[in-house]
Amino acid sequence: MVVFAIGVFGFLSRRNIIIMFMSIELMLNAVNINLISFSHYIQDLRGQILAFFVIAVAASEAAIGLAIVIALFRNKATAHVDEVKEMRG
Amino acid sequence: MIQELFFAYFACAIIVLSILVILMKNPIHSVLWMLLLFFHIASLYLLLNAEFMAVIQVIVYAGGILVLFLFAVLLLNIREEVRINRFISAWPTGFTFAAGLLAVIILSVRSFIAAPPGIYTIDLIKKETHVKVLGKLLYTEYLYPFEVASLILLVAIVGAIVLAKRRLKG
Repeated sequence: MVVFAIGVFGFLSRRNIIIMFMSIELMLNAVNINLISFSHYIQDLRGQILAFFVIAVAASEAAIGLAIVIALFRNKATAHVDEVKEMRG
Repeated sequence: MIQELFFAYFACAIIVLSILVILMKNPIHSVLWMLLLFFHIASLYLLLNAEFMAVIQVIVYAGGILVLFLFAVLLLNIREEVRINRFISAWPTGFTFAAGLLAVIILSVRSFIAAPPGIYTIDLIKKETHVKVLGKLLYTEYLYPFEVASLILLVAIVGAIVLAKRRLKG
């Protein structure tokens, strides 16, 4: 749970967008730790199944997120969130 | 006793390592600390009798996601990255938010009431092996979510290619 809070802090505070994605992974990992330890505690495997799906979603999220980073990098040549201001709808 | 000692070590190490991941100036150092963090998490899963999850953790996170991150980090200009300020100007807001969230979570965990224990005791898992029990559950009761997960992965593959490919002429 502390790891989750650290992840939230990192997501909200870092300038570099890649570190922000790593913070998201940190949060998902914290969730996984909690799911698995509680499933161990109450002797039920459902938590581990859920953690399994969380890992699958985390993998696809990382792929999509880094593709977005690459697209952003190609257009703006920056990876800092405070330098990306404009949107074009 | 020795198991609790190991658990305490891994828990403390995970917290310290995740702080290091967030605070490092150099993104490559961040990624490498994260590698160590993932291995610690995998060992924690081993302590919790979840061998298959530990293996998946090492293969998927340390082997797959981290390589992706390393690849993306290499796009950055590391020399410039080390010089500039690594936090955005509004970082106290983020810190306050995270601290408040942590306080709320800890307060709510104190009123945790354990559900009645399920049928998957440690003895059963040890007898049947973890992979077999997990697989049986995954392919019978949770077959539909499993298929949905495969669809998510397919969408991720297609989406990543579409987003990252160069725009064609015309």
